Parts: sequence; C-alpha cells; structure tokens
Amino acid sequence: MTTTINNRNLVVIQLAGANDPLNTVIPYADGHYYDFRPNVGIPTEQVIPIDGQFGFNPNMAPVKALWDEGKVAIVNGIGYPNPTRSHFRSMDIWHTCEPEKIATEGWLGRVIRDLDPRGQNVITGVNFGRGLPRSMGAPGVPVASVGNLETYGLFPDVEEERIRGLCLDAFGKMYGGTIQDSVMDYLGQTGRDALKGADILRTAPDRYASTVEYADNPIAQSLKNVAQVMCADLGTRVYYAQHGSFDTHGDEVKVHGGLWTQVSGAVSDFMADLEEHGKADDAIVLIWTEFGRRVKDNGSGTDHGSGGTAFIIGNPVAGGFYGQYPSLAEDDHLDGDLHWNNDFRSTYSTIAEQWLGLDPVNIVNGRFEQWDFLRK
Amino acid sequence: MSNADIALMAHLMRRAGFGASRDELEQRVNRGYANVVEDLLNPGAANAMPDDLIRRFHSDMAEMRELNSAGAYWMYRMVTTENPLEEKLALFWHSLFATGYSKLNQARALMNQIETFRRHALGDFRTMLIELSKDPAMIIWLDNNDNHKGDINENYGRELLELFSMGIGNYTEDDIKECARAFTGWTLGNVEYMSTRASRDSIWPYSRIAWHFEYRDYDHDDGEKTFLGQTGNFNGDDIVDIIVQQDATARFISTRLFQFFAADHVDDAGAAVISDMMATYFSSGYEIRAVLRTLFNSDYFKSNDARFARVKGPVELVVGAVRMAGTYQQPTFGADQLARHTMYMGQGIFQPPSVEGWHEGAEWIDSGALVERVNFVGKELGDPGNPGVQAIINRLARQADGPLSPDAQVDACVDLLGPLELRDSTRTSLSEFAAEQGPADLRADQRTDADEQRIANLLRLLTATREYQLA
Repeated sequence: MTTTINNRNLVVIQLAGANDPLNTVIPYADGHYYDFRPNVGIPTEQVIPIDGQFGFNPNMAPVKALWDEGKVAIVNGIGYPNPTRSHFRSMDIWHTCEPEKIATEGWLGRVIRDLDPRGQNVITGVNFGRGLPRSMGAPGVPVASVGNLETYGLFPDVEEERIRGLCLDAFGKMYGGTIQDSVMDYLGQTGRDALKGADILRTAPDRYASTVEYADNPIAQSLKNVAQVMCADLGTRVYYAQHGSFDTHGDEVKVHGGLWTQVSGAVSDFMADLEEHGKADDAIVLIWTEFGRRVKDNGSGTDHGSGGTAFIIGNPVAGGFYGQYPSLAEDDHLDGDLHWNNDFRSTYSTIAEQWLGLDPVNIVNGRFEQWDFLRK
Repeated sequence: MSNADIALMAHLMRRAGFGASRDELEQRVNRGYANVVEDLLNPGAANAMPDDLIRRFHSDMAEMRELNSAGAYWMYRMVTTENPLEEKLALFWHSLFATGYSKLNQARALMNQIETFRRHALGDFRTMLIELSKDPAMIIWLDNNDNHKGDINENYGRELLELFSMGIGNYTEDDIKECARAFTGWTLGNVEYMSTRASRDSIWPYSRIAWHFEYRDYDHDDGEKTFLGQTGNFNGDDIVDIIVQQDATARFISTRLFQFFAADHVDDAGAAVISDMMATYFSSGYEIRAVLRTLFNSDYFKSNDARFARVKGPVELVVGAVRMAGTYQQPTFGADQLARHTMYMGQGIFQPPSVEGWHEGAEWIDSGALVERVNFVGKELGDPGNPGVQAIINRLARQADGPLSPDAQVDACVDLLGPLELRDSTRTSLSEFAAEQGPADLRADQRTDADEQRIANLLRLLTATREYQLA
C-alpha cells in the first residue's frame, strides 16, 4: 500500500432519520424476522444473500459488489448505553460522543483539531451540504461548508474586478480581530475561514476530470464534490455528507429502498472515481445512523428503536462482519428493540487511532476497545 | 422625531416584522410605539399580492404541488404583506411545528397548514394544539394515520410532548404511550381511497391532494388512561387540556417566543420577562396575542440588551433584504429562486432538517451559510436599479447640498439601513472602502450612474458586515 498516514482521508456519511438495520442487512434465514415483519419484511427471494444467514436489501447490489471485493466492514449491533429514541438527542450523542450530557463539541471537530492543531489549513474538514453537522463543530476549528463547489466564494456578482477586490479586502478586515463577544467572535472566525477556504476550494473543479458519471441526486452530487476536493490535493482530510430521510414510520419498503438505491450507487461511483485517480488506498467511508428501528413493524413502517448498523468501506478495509448480529428472539429484545452490543465509540476510536494516527481518548471521551476492520 | 424613536421602531419592526424602510419607520413613529404594537397584534387586511395575480403569472403556484412553488408563494406573501407580524408568526409556528415536504410530496397540504397557523397565530394555544392535531399534513408527517386502537404509533404523541408543548423531562415514556392512545382515531377521512388511487395511478401526486381530517370513533381507544397523573377516558382534546395547564407548557412556549422575538440567549433579565409572559399565558387563557403584548411592551424588549441580540434566520434575512430593496413587489420571473436561497442558507421552507425544526441563533451561521447570506443580500441591495435602493439614493440626494464625502456616505447608509450599530473597526473599513471609491454627487443635475453605483456598493458591503447578520 502506498498510503502514508498524512494523506489518509475520512469520508463520513450520515443516514439521517434512523436507518432500519433489519431491512438493510437482512437476517433472512431467521423466522423471527418474518414473524415480526409481516408488512415490511423483504421476501427471501428478493434478498441479495451474503451467506446462509444474512443478505443485503435488494437495492444494495453495488454495496454487495464492494463486499465481494472485501472492501466492506459491517458493524452489527452498534449503539450506546441507555439508548434514547429521540432522533435529535441520539444524533447529538453520535455527533458529540457524550451520552450523559448535552455537549457542544463534535468528535470530528476534535479530529480536525488534532490533525491540524494550529489551524494552518482552513479546509482540513469540509462539509458538503447545507448547514454544518454538529460532528464537525468545535470552537476555533475552521470547517468549510460547501453547498455547491462550482460557485463557492464571496461577491461573485460584482462585475468590476477592482471593486470586488476592495470588497474582499474590506471583508477580511471587518471580520478580523476578537472582541470578547462570543457571537461576534464566532462570526469573525467563520467569515475569515469562509474567505480563505473559498479561495482554495474554487480551484478544485478545474483540476478534476473523471469518466465516472454520478447520478443526479444529492448524495451522489455530494460524493462527487468530495472526490473533486480529494483529487485536488488541497490538504482536506475529513469530508462529511448526509442523506435522508430514513425516518420510515410509513411506506418503508418503498422509501427505504429508494434511499439505499441512491446511497449504494453514490458510494460505488465514488469508489470507482477514487480508483481512477489513484486515491482508493487513501480513503475510507464511514456510514452511520442515529439508531435502529423497532423489531416489530407498525403496519407499513417501523418506529424508533435502538441497535443499528454501521458500514466502513474502502480499499484499506478488512471486509466482513464485526459485532454480533443482535438476536431477534423476543426475550433478547431491549424494550422491543434489537439489543445493541458494541459502543459506537469503539468504531470511532478504531478510525481515529488506526486510520488517522490520533489518540482517540479525548476524541471519543473515553477508552474503548477497538476493532480490526482496518488492514494492517 | 428623535433618532432614539426611529431606532426603537426599527428594532420592533425587525422583530415583529421583516424590517422597514425609513419612510415606513417615520410613519409608525408618528403613530406611537404602544399603538404600533396593537396594530401589529390586531392585524387588518394584509393586502399581500393577490392569489389571482400570482396564479396568472405562476401556473405552478396555482397547482401548488411542488416544494419551491409553495415556498415562493409564501415568500410573496411575506414580501408584500402589510401585516408583517402575521407572517412572522406563521414562520415561528412553522419552525416550532416543523413539518417537511419530504414525507408528504404534497405542498398544498403544507400551505393549508401554514394557513391554519396564520388563522390561529395570535389566538389561544389550546386551539392551536387541537388544530395542529387535526392538521392533515401533521397527521401524515408524524404518522397519526397509523395510530390505531390496540396498535399505537407513538410518533405524534411523543413529539407533541417533547417538541410542541412541554419539552423533554416533563413526562414519562408511559405518558407518551397514553397520549398516543388518546389520539387514536384522529386520522384522515379518505386515506384508504387516496392510497388506492395512489397505487393505481402512476401520475404522482394528484391522487393525494384531497386530504382532510376525520375522527373515527370505532378506531379510538376509549379505555381509561393515566396522563401526567390524571386518570380518565381521555380523548385527544382532553390531553391538550391537560397539556396547556402545565407550567412546563407555559415556560416552553414563552421561552420559544422570547428566543424568536427578543434574544437568542436568555439572561437573568430575560428570564424575568419569560416569567411575566408565563403569568400572562395563564391569566389570558393561553392567548398568544397577550403573551406577545407582554413581551413587546416590556422594558427589556425596548432596552439596549435586546437590540441586535438575535442572529437573523435565513428567511427573515432574505425577506428583509427583498422588502428593503423593493423587489418582487410584482410577479417576477425566477421568484422560485427566493425559496431556494433560504435553503442554501440552511432554512428551506417546508424542509426542516427534522421535526425538531432548525437550530437557531449562532447555529444559523457556518462558513457556507455566511457566503450565501452575504452574496444574496449584497446582490439585492447592491443594485442601484432596485426600487428600494433608488429610494435610499433619492433620500440622500434630497439632503445633499453638494457631493457626499466618503464619511458622509457611510453615515447615511448606516442610518438608512437600520440604524445599525457598528463597531469602530467595521466603520473604519467601510470608510476606507468609501474613500477608495471617492465622493458621490447625487444631486439630480449632477448624478451619474457611477455616483449611484458607489452608494449601492457601499450598501452591499454594509450588508456583508457581521453586524448586519444580527436582528
């Protein structure tokens, strides 16, 4: 492998709204699955088998292809103690690694700070999409948040170059200096980061060409932008994108399947794009969701549960199952949910230490046993 | 008319509306602060752009099937209404009872929900919660159509308590289940018919349009329930009765109104105002109009502590800029872009990130959102051809007896866009920019396009400041 620790990239994809693990990696040989899921169970003949026990959702063929190449690690039964069924609280917990109290620092914000302690590169972390995820927010840590890479920048419609230059100069000065007011200082930092990040990021699309054609949906476009920035070698290390909504209380089979068609296709195209640009050994993708869903369906969908599934995908990944698939037998449920059996902070710790070479303890707020899902 | 009166009225109009031009501020100051508060709380005809005019120019807004059509339609109303508080409150309720297009694929149902919010915006909170519970978009959004006797779906029951009325920590998981039981049978009248048509017709989403509320006695769980310590054969409206009597509810709604209209951060003085609002909530029979009256007439609201104490949300930023620029007063090609721009800034109308709504305050701002904000507002107020910008230039021209010096340009623009309160270093940067551009001679017989553009450039830069991001 050609990779060195300083050019390793982490791409994080959030499946917002709580992806249903049972209809993603399907325990199709377990009669309980069909007993509990008379309405939203995926018929056995439609499941894409992985082995005699489990199979992928029918809309995940591209992920199955990556699995067959040994590039997909699946962490079953992932969760945290005393699971909450509130989306927002649970997302916060995953974002901040703080299950006990409300925290403001995101774990990826801490990763970015440790990767670039002096904040020398304002685009060490880049979010693709609208609004910064809490994962990436940490005081004093610059993060660029890019809606559309092609048009990213300030005052684009000022025609006269001299005036635009004066505007940019003035903007830099007006957003400079600290004033002991948290909101104004936050605005100042954000403005300075935006100014600097835009100058750098604007160059990425021009430096990119690819034979991969991404689909026209938000997650595919976000991953295309990730590839553009990664291939431009701008020093970005942490990339974030999200897709949803996976909150399938109703009409689950159709909605959930459609979403996975998009995610699977986007991830597969992204992997092909990295391969084409010689970056495939330098990146892993983490796909997470805030919690799982109830074992028993509610008619046409499923309510909030716990015990989810996470994916780690890429060339550097040692493919396979990690974590025990939670038992579906009723006696083993936790309040009607799959019983989680491994803490998500184990997965985060593994990535922080083994992939990015960082001390994971402060990043995830504690010491957690690590997995072997990365090739040594 | 003192500058202090103008500044106070500008503050009220930024909060209870979307800002105001200097002409409007002068008219309102003449009417008196307390009278203006009553005018806002007792709205007459909105005189917003009429539906028939909108539909003539935007056939998509007649059908109202799609997200951006509906968003732009609402933006027209916000941009042209003479009852700004009515629309601001509709936006408040949309933020609180955040319902998303993603699950409905049906914008008209969302517009109907907003109309319900408008109708009850200033009324009593009990009625609001009952109407919310009957709202077809909400029923679909939080799955109460799947909440059946003996087979509950607790989504609406949970969020009603957690996000819409009391807040987490004021009830138990059992209360949620009992609440959900009480709302069994609150569903859509023709949902089976609609779903049959939806499955038969390939043309999405015509078959989903005719949603309406229906109460089904046979699907209602009439058994005994214990909710927040009270026991009875409760139905949904009994549950709402119990909810609105709770201190937690009074605190929740007062705090949310305070943060939306007064200040993002609640300090000790703010907490005292919230206590007063809670007292009014109970004494008025849960009336939102009365609670807001207490807030707007409080010493705190009028004081410097509340000035520029909120980060403008994207919708109020965009609508404020458009109203100030005087654009979109008539049907305008590309109006659907207005709704897209607020989405780029992190607040897509009808697209809350979750049922929790948007994280407000400083969380509106990240580097991506800031770039979008600066670019959108700068384009509106940086174009001397826009009517509101012309109005500012003409006002400056009337006061000028010679070419305006760079410093005088800065003073005038800061005043007419707010008045804003700038830090010294911001003002210095603006003055340096103005000095680079040179004097502007706005007198009618001297004025050139370049003179006008200098003022517009300065307005553009002023809207790019940190200070302008605050309301």
